[in-house]
Amino acid sequence: MNLSRRSTAAAALAGAAAFALIASGCSSSTETPEAGGDITLTVATFNDFGYTDEMLAQYEAENPGVTIVHNRAATSNDARDNFFTKLGAGSGLADVEAVEIDWFAEMLQYSDKLADLSDPELADRWVQWKTDAATDADGRLVAYGTDIGPEAVCYRSDLFAAAGLPTDREEVASLLEGDWDRYFEIGQEYVDASGAAWFDSAGATYQGMINQVEFAYEEADGTVIATENPEVEAIYTDVLNASSTLSAHLGQWSDDWFAGLANGAFATMLCPGWMLGVISGNAPDVTGWDVANVFPGGGGNWGGSYLTVPAQGANIEAAKKLAAWLTAPEQQMTAFAAAGTFPSQVEAYESTELQEASNEYFNNAPVGQILIDRSQAIEVAPFKSVKYFPINDALQRALTRVDVDASMSIEESWELFVADVNAL
Amino acid sequence: MTTTDTGRSAPRPETGPSAPATDSAPDTGLSAPITKKERSVRRIAISQKLSRWDVEVSPYLYISPFFILFAITGLFPLLYTAWVSVHEWNLIGGQGDFVGFDNFAFVLSNPPFWIALRNTFSIFLISAVPQIALALFIAAVLDRNIRAKTFWRMGVLLPYVVAPVAVTLIFSNMFGDQYGLINNLLGQIGIAPVGWHSDALASHFAIATMVNFRWTGYTALILLAAMQAIPRDYYEAAMIDGAGMVRQFFSITIPQLRPTLIFVIVTSTIGGLQIFDEPRLYDQTGQGGASSQWMTITIYLYNLGWGQLNFGRAAAVAWLLFLIIIIVGLLNVAITRSIAKAS
Repeated sequence: MNLSRRSTAAAALAGAAAFALIASGCSSSTETPEAGGDITLTVATFNDFGYTDEMLAQYEAENPGVTIVHNRAATSNDARDNFFTKLGAGSGLADVEAVEIDWFAEMLQYSDKLADLSDPELADRWVQWKTDAATDADGRLVAYGTDIGPEAVCYRSDLFAAAGLPTDREEVASLLEGDWDRYFEIGQEYVDASGAAWFDSAGATYQGMINQVEFAYEEADGTVIATENPEVEAIYTDVLNASSTLSAHLGQWSDDWFAGLANGAFATMLCPGWMLGVISGNAPDVTGWDVANVFPGGGGNWGGSYLTVPAQGANIEAAKKLAAWLTAPEQQMTAFAAAGTFPSQVEAYESTELQEASNEYFNNAPVGQILIDRSQAIEVAPFKSVKYFPINDALQRALTRVDVDASMSIEESWELFVADVNAL
Repeated sequence: MTTTDTGRSAPRPETGPSAPATDSAPDTGLSAPITKKERSVRRIAISQKLSRWDVEVSPYLYISPFFILFAITGLFPLLYTAWVSVHEWNLIGGQGDFVGFDNFAFVLSNPPFWIALRNTFSIFLISAVPQIALALFIAAVLDRNIRAKTFWRMGVLLPYVVAPVAVTLIFSNMFGDQYGLINNLLGQIGIAPVGWHSDALASHFAIATMVNFRWTGYTALILLAAMQAIPRDYYEAAMIDGAGMVRQFFSITIPQLRPTLIFVIVTSTIGGLQIFDEPRLYDQTGQGGASSQWMTITIYLYNLGWGQLNFGRAAAVAWLLFLIIIIVGLLNVAITRSIAKAS
């Protein structure tokens, strides 16, 4: 008889229960770290760090109870977005997160959200400037260095031959020895002879040039000087003037660019160590790629990364151990063999393994010795503070507008760059 | 706004004692014993009161889970975004000083916002208008007696099953400026290559193509369902009067589809103005192009919030987008109504 009443109560109960279910569903995902139990460690990297499955399996075998999950983002931009979003949210980051040098300073502002990785045993593992950059204002080491990006020049020997240029890598090195004007001059010769492009894009070439400037966008105190610095504007103008005839007008990392790597759209490109893996991975059927022991304007470092352990993780100690293992010279050598990521670890430079390393894809070029030489040629460690990444991003867009899109003149595009920087 | 006449609206509880619910009548009759009259009268009163409450309150209780969930997942973020938008707010650092409407002023005075608005509307119009027209046509064809009906109906829905990310990756490769399939084909027939990425309008067209590829079939099926609900008598009568297929379509089908058309247009407006996946994945950097050729409002929002870590400004953009969608939604309803009435 009290059917209706009961059903009311039941409905209320059901509603409450459903609600409680939803509410508890949100909170039940927090795991408590188990001491000594089985744990899963996630490692997040981008591009290709050279961390092969075999390498990670080796760690799992040596450390029973540890399972490693490796997530790879396509580009450093994606990794950065993901990193900052989850760093802000306070959860969701991998146990070991890879960080690129360009946005490292931006991240260092929040170094209190990262675990302190200082370890006296590891203090001398890396080249000094690599360690210095990873030490925060309080003297905590918050990241372990993986690779650095000493730059050489990659070239297509078959295209060089067709255009009447020398093909031997020693001869190419002496041909290109000199400053950027020299590089552009030889490029003009090549373009006149072949009708094809000399380098891939203004953006990539600019990257090589700007990494030779110590204070490009910011002064040591963080003041933004990007728009007034005559050096920046001069490099910007030079590279775009050269690009009008020498560039293949391919935006770096675009689909067209990857296609160009394989179909001979351009004869040379600037090659940091990690780029070797990108080339051989995306143009597997091309036999002409080679690498010359030379770099316009001396030496240069492009990119290079670190591993960090976010403090929000559940297994910080285990993650720290894994990060230390991954950045040990032996593992970095394995990664170098897999993806050409050149070690930042001092000990590796003395190893005969590195000195004798050659790369079959690049016609057995002695890439180990070439990159050791290139790393010794580096004179400038560019100062990269908190605004470096967004400013460089805006400048790359300015270059793209002129070089790839051909939608603006050099001056118009520079003005828009100035406006973009002012809006930051 | 008129409710759509699907007849699905919940039965409205009639308030007041004048309209007792059906189950309260047997309740009074059967639970009234003969002895202890006074107590039972009171009991009847309580029981009546409860059953009246039941009638008045229960329906709200039944639908409350939706509204409670909406309050948590919809209303709260909406209000919280408003709160964020009037503060300086860093993605990682969190809340800063109260700045009033500074974030809104910055966004509205910043040229990229207006470019983003232009792009969003351009992509929306290039995608929504042909899509609905084409969907109407496909639905009208499927509504006829054709062989292998189910096959065709499932067929048009097939692109919808493909993940938007996959669609975008394939299409943006096809729309490559130098080595893309489409420019290659155009070259074969002697047409100069189109700057699918460098030219703003061409990039809008390319992105609209991806949207239409996925959604046309879906929209067509919704319209088909509505078409099949139109009484066949109308068509028979029209045929007897000598109306041709085209006349039937415009004089019977379109007016009868009015509620469904409003639904389709409103949902495609909301979706179209929030378009993100396709422009985000259209090139390698995902920022909407070097001169913002295809930067939509949501991409602009993303660039501000996650690129520059400036959540205050991103929240201001989110609110502006919300207002724009409401205005456009209302406009849509007005226009659709007058079109359907006129025809």
